[in-house]
Amino acid sequence: MTSQRIDERDNRLLMDRSAPGRIGAKLPPLDVPAQPLPPQSVLRADLPLPELSELDVVRYFTRLSQENFAVDLNFYPLGSCTMKYNPKVNEVTAAMPGFSAIHPMQPAETVQGALELLYQLQGILTEVTGTAGVSLATIAGAHGELAGVLMIRAYHMARNDTKRKVVLIPDSAHGTNPASAAMAGFQVVTIPSDKNGNLDVEVLRKAANNELAGAMITMPSTLGLFDPNIVEICDIIHKAGGLVYGDGANMNALLGRVKLGQVGFDVVHLNLHKTFSTPHGGGGPGAGPVCVSERLLPHLPTPVVEYRLGGKPEYILGRPPKTIGKMAAFHGNFGVLVRAYTFARALGSDGLKQVSGDAVLSANYIQASLRDLYDLSYDRRCMHEVVFSARRQKAQGVKALDVAKRLLDFGIHAPTMYFPLIVEEALMVEPTESESKETLDRFIQVMRQIAQESKDTPQVLREAPHHSPVSRVDETRAARQPDLRWKPKR
Amino acid sequence: MSFRHQYLPHTDAQRAEMLAKVGVPSEEFLFRDIPEKFRNPKMTLPPALTEMDLVQELRTLASKNVVPGEYASFLGAGASRHFVPSVVGALISRGEFLTPYTPYQPEVSQGTLQATYEFQSLVCLLTGMEVANAGMYEGASSLAESALMACRLANRYTVLMLDTVNPHYREVVRTYTEPQGIRLEVVSADHLSLHEDYACLLVQSPNFFGSLEDLAKLRQETAAKGMLLVVASDLVPLAMLKPPGEFGADIVVGECQPAGINSSFGGPYVGYFTCKEQFIRQMPGRIVGKTVDTQGRTAYVLTLQTREQHIRRERATSNICTSEALIATSMTIYLATMGKQGFRQVAEQCYHKAHYAASKLAAVPGFSLVPSGTGVFFNEFVVRCPLPPAELNRQLLRNRILGGLDVSDQVPNGMLVCVTEVNSKAEIDTFVKAASSAGAHR
Repeated sequence: MTSQRIDERDNRLLMDRSAPGRIGAKLPPLDVPAQPLPPQSVLRADLPLPELSELDVVRYFTRLSQENFAVDLNFYPLGSCTMKYNPKVNEVTAAMPGFSAIHPMQPAETVQGALELLYQLQGILTEVTGTAGVSLATIAGAHGELAGVLMIRAYHMARNDTKRKVVLIPDSAHGTNPASAAMAGFQVVTIPSDKNGNLDVEVLRKAANNELAGAMITMPSTLGLFDPNIVEICDIIHKAGGLVYGDGANMNALLGRVKLGQVGFDVVHLNLHKTFSTPHGGGGPGAGPVCVSERLLPHLPTPVVEYRLGGKPEYILGRPPKTIGKMAAFHGNFGVLVRAYTFARALGSDGLKQVSGDAVLSANYIQASLRDLYDLSYDRRCMHEVVFSARRQKAQGVKALDVAKRLLDFGIHAPTMYFPLIVEEALMVEPTESESKETLDRFIQVMRQIAQESKDTPQVLREAPHHSPVSRVDETRAARQPDLRWKPKR
Repeated sequence: MSFRHQYLPHTDAQRAEMLAKVGVPSEEFLFRDIPEKFRNPKMTLPPALTEMDLVQELRTLASKNVVPGEYASFLGAGASRHFVPSVVGALISRGEFLTPYTPYQPEVSQGTLQATYEFQSLVCLLTGMEVANAGMYEGASSLAESALMACRLANRYTVLMLDTVNPHYREVVRTYTEPQGIRLEVVSADHLSLHEDYACLLVQSPNFFGSLEDLAKLRQETAAKGMLLVVASDLVPLAMLKPPGEFGADIVVGECQPAGINSSFGGPYVGYFTCKEQFIRQMPGRIVGKTVDTQGRTAYVLTLQTREQHIRRERATSNICTSEALIATSMTIYLATMGKQGFRQVAEQCYHKAHYAASKLAAVPGFSLVPSGTGVFFNEFVVRCPLPPAELNRQLLRNRILGGLDVSDQVPNGMLVCVTEVNSKAEIDTFVKAASSAGAHR
């Protein structure tokens, strides 16, 4: 007899858990007479789907969920991602049947409550950003970015200014910025940062010519720094005939502190799944509304909610006159927008200003508490996130990756690593306003211990994590021998 | 004293301690890089509400909407109402699915990664395609991205699309293709003239009007010109109909909403995206692959990332980053629960109930069915009404019925009716009766 080792994790996939004839749900019997079927040539022979009981499904997915790290479990210091607490009341309001069960093509008079909510949210987001209008139709950050650069393109085209092909992007930018600009048909020119982590104004000045369509700027930058030259930067771009795009990924630092529209930004997208507390869901759904200055209003992606007076006052889905068009089939990720509205109403003006205050204070507290052990590429106070460099640890044979993986052993998520690209061995930490001082102190303590371990027992770091459901995975094998789906056994 | 709130844990004493550690006299001091002229602008938002008042406020807004379920609904056109077992909501509202980030740290993200691998597997099984990605924003942008991908693959920059594709999808395809200098031609299947300049043909089957397109014929004709065939299809019909993969489609995309996802006024939904394996390096979006960890245990990980924006920047296959992972997991749990028999039953009931409704409506004087494509439809169909559909819908609303979509801009007096397993015979009969009386009073 051979004995087979039993894996601790019953890792069989759905199809391998199937038993022929088992069911997990059933419908009431058909209550209309059966109708003639279409010709056999268009019907499928077999439907290869799992056959499981309800409990099979519950156990399998509950077990899977337990192999995830999550904000609900512990601290998630993931820079540029704003992993703040996702309030539970947001889930309650989004699940109200009056919101979750309505159909996107219902006549406007039957969805006045939904349209009123969207109209109110439009007002909140334009007030926060100091802009003239917004479309909520874009459903992720990068989707909003694409809409933003498409509007810049539409603006120049509408003025018959067809030679503007170039979009300037700082070297610290998130990868979606150049990818979005390219999707909109632009050429990307990279602008370096100066020795203080600010945009190199002299390089910018030279690059800003009559081929300039615009620039995409993240403020605060992905270095966690607010560029004190921002007014001059906007001015240079505007004087060259370009428009200024603001990536609002880092808006959590700015709530109530500055309105980018007043500073000179022409378009700003917001990530409601960051700043406005909607959950990330393991990679979406998000929402990426685009807020614009007066001159881009006509180009907003459709639809935009309008309030129409006269006759019977009502909210309608309006189509901006020179819209770049539809970005998705319907009106945006409504369920996410309900959550964001709920968050903004829970906090109000003073609350949102306290959010940015606490987020920035906490990041600076971490910076001040760890700067003796981890290097800073730019020695100045930060905004809502702090970027360390693990170059000192690298000299001891330990990489940023190892530091990050070791954190997992302490129940803390890894920081963002190797980004921004211009910082060697970058470790980017964003605490958000949600984390208490006690949590920050424990993080600091753990980071100090890891710094010590990198000297004493570097092997422990290089093999970390030690306590996770799986250890480091073979990414090379995944890419070289792609196994991307279940297949029947031969 | 600072603003106190349950989302903000710092006490004033702790803030003071932290400021001392940082070495600044006040929080205000930390914002000094912002030019003074623009610092601390006046911000006037609606007043903050406590949770008690907040829930009441939102309930009031929600109560101003007419809710399908309380009303019978016959609306489709890209989103439709279906039965969703309780398991789906119960599982995806778990914080461990709801509140993680994108699974960049596979050691602590196996739940999301394995669920996504299951999503990819189920999508392939349903569509009959070789590979799928981890999901797109929704159906229309999936189709738009497929057009961009087809152009890259074929190295041709004209896209042909049938005029029976959902008009919203058509518009999104235009938004995405036009800036890249791609020519988009929209044609009727009756006047199809293909040639070697076209990268691909985009079709939807069942199409916007509910009818199946002749995929076998379209595959043959596109292949003869070296064109890719891209098919958009919702998932529910695929439980009953021969999948596009079996017709030899190159790329198959679509909307997953009808499979376990709330209609939620248009989102969040999730699109699926599949293709032949040979095209995978041009695919947009994230992909999860199976591998092993250092101890040889099965593990899942994001893979083939050199296609993506965070590595390839302006040369990426797409800018897509955060997408719809949680919604993809909803669909996966839905399909796991409904299973082989349940999901087939959903499709069959949709088919029989829609055909019952169509035959009853067609028998009403003044109403007639408007065929499209091959004339075979699944669970949506267009009926020509003896009065403007908007007017009929107003009368139906008085009978607590949300009628079909007014498509009179495309078919004179046309209404696009969608029937699913949740529409009872009684609802259908009431609809037919109300339509009949509205028609008779013309």
